[in-house]
Amino acid sequence: MFNQYTLVRRSQVSFKGILLVPLVTFALALLGSIVLFGALGANPLEILYRLLIDPLSSTYNISEVVIKAAPLILIAQGLAIGFRAKVWNIGAEGQLIIGAVVASIIPITFPDSQNVLMLPLMMLAGMFAGAAWAGIAAVLKTRFNANEIIVTLMLNQIAIQILFLLINGPLKDPMGFSYPQSVSFPEVAMYPLLSPEGLLRANASIYVVLLLSVVALIYVTRTFSGYTLLVGGLAPDAARYAGFSAKKAVWISLLIGGAAAGLAGMGEVSGPIGRLQPSLSPGYGFAAIIVAFLGALNPIGIFVAGTFMAIIYVGADGAIIDAGLPPAAPTIFQGMVLVFYLASFALVQYRIVRLQPEATA
Amino acid sequence: MTDTIIFILAGAFATATPLLLAAIGEAVVEKTGVMNLSVEGMMAFAAAVAFGVTHQTGDIVLGFGLAVLASTALSLVFSVLVLGFSANQIVSGLAVGILGLGLSGLAGRHFENLTMIGPGNQSVPVLSDIPLLGPILFQQSVITYLAFAAAFLTWWFLGRTRQGRILKVVGEDPAIAHNLGFAVVRIRLFAIIFGAVMSGIAGAYASTILTPGWSDGLIAGRGWIAVALVVFGTWRPLRIAFGAYLFGALLLGDLAVQAMGFRIPSQIMTSLPYVMTIVVLAAVSRNALLIRLNAPVSLGQNYRPSK
Repeated sequence: MFNQYTLVRRSQVSFKGILLVPLVTFALALLGSIVLFGALGANPLEILYRLLIDPLSSTYNISEVVIKAAPLILIAQGLAIGFRAKVWNIGAEGQLIIGAVVASIIPITFPDSQNVLMLPLMMLAGMFAGAAWAGIAAVLKTRFNANEIIVTLMLNQIAIQILFLLINGPLKDPMGFSYPQSVSFPEVAMYPLLSPEGLLRANASIYVVLLLSVVALIYVTRTFSGYTLLVGGLAPDAARYAGFSAKKAVWISLLIGGAAAGLAGMGEVSGPIGRLQPSLSPGYGFAAIIVAFLGALNPIGIFVAGTFMAIIYVGADGAIIDAGLPPAAPTIFQGMVLVFYLASFALVQYRIVRLQPEATA
Repeated sequence: MTDTIIFILAGAFATATPLLLAAIGEAVVEKTGVMNLSVEGMMAFAAAVAFGVTHQTGDIVLGFGLAVLASTALSLVFSVLVLGFSANQIVSGLAVGILGLGLSGLAGRHFENLTMIGPGNQSVPVLSDIPLLGPILFQQSVITYLAFAAAFLTWWFLGRTRQGRILKVVGEDPAIAHNLGFAVVRIRLFAIIFGAVMSGIAGAYASTILTPGWSDGLIAGRGWIAVALVVFGTWRPLRIAFGAYLFGALLLGDLAVQAMGFRIPSQIMTSLPYVMTIVVLAAVSRNALLIRLNAPVSLGQNYRPSK
């Protein structure tokens, strides 16, 4: 039974197919979620409404979507550059945490500062820290050939413990009783809010994300370095023959991915959170992996996919409270998205061919 | 003091058990050329199911059985993607792993932070009375004995049987294996299912015997450590067993250090196994020749029969 069919790579992948993949994927994952959670007793129509309509139904909810879209898109743009080169940075969550921790040291040290340079300084600190944390994996990969998937994952676990250690120690608010959290950041350490009245939480970090998305687009489509990374991933032998260094690809991929995740971490503490605390991200670092693939590793696609994923995040928050959706639902949904993406992408990439019976022997 | 040492060493074997089970399973999968990175998710889903079922019914055998079914179901999704759709193995493993973590949260949602009394250990008659070695080696859970037996049997199967050699040919060169008339896809499927069964037992053991209880994130990276152990053991079952017991001792380092009266922040102790995983992985991988000689050549590459 297994040997009767095979897949043959299509000579030309249709553009329409590429566009259809994310749509079909989302539709299937939504359908899967409705069936699963409906079977568990939630009202399917209510879930659909909460997930897709509710997040866009008020200015406040749209602002919440923007808050969640910013880190997802930012991290995914960084990771995608590595994924194109087949460098598997799975450690964005840890890079986000380290970026946030290091950036936080500045406002925690100068809580009464009114120096407007603090925010840009924190952005730099977050980027450098995230890149340095990912750089550990780059050193180990290039010098010792250590698998970057396992190293970046282990670094996630270590990053969490570093955060816990510091937030219970030197970075803890001395006046904060037993709560493991830092002092509130001064205004100069925060991204300015988009709405002047301060009723909405969305902040200027989305402009940074937009700008960097454009930079990513230029990088992958217009520069030699971005092209090299792509070739290195698709045809490592050809790339090596042409003089492209695999080591350089590892370094560039991990440093860019780490910097993006670190900046996203800084954006959380300088945005919706406003201080350093033990929980910084609802798994943005992992969700961004899915966003990167769903966006076909293309900066524009990632922007769209990240926005969709943010809508689902905000919708799921509401549905967990109001429609009896289990808290694990967003993770299950993300898993389903990636599974359906891989399957539907394969159908665009390959044709199913029936093998001749005598040829299998 | 002797009691403390015995307690810690015996604990190391118990702690190593889920690592060993999952790593042996993954080693067999990788020997066929398939890298299944969903071990963590499979273990988590199995752990939640095993705890929930055992807690509700009091039947630990049923708990293990359904846990194995749960991890196997996940591995079938992985198989459809990788063997059926020829999808990227790394991304497919991550996808199924995320799905497994989500499903573990779903299955365990009514059992969060619950604990129960485990089934206790089984002493081996006569052997368990040996001073020192008896309490360390022969007063363990059945599953701990099973894990060691699995490592030994896998070593024997891969190195000493015809089927084991066929399995390795598939991993070395699937095209040649296909031309020799071996059903590459079917052999890979069986290996993936074997890996899932082992991950399932590992997860179930973790939540019902080792630390009988459930909370989200219970597996805490142990599935990934198992994946790293396969590289550490250079795909050889007995070396993997050695590595697993080493890490079992490390995971217990917290207790040992406390017993010796040192005061080290718990976060540092918690990080230690992850740091060690990285260090050990780098040390072993550094020897490129060692890796190249032992790693299955087709690891990570899908096979599509062309004719």
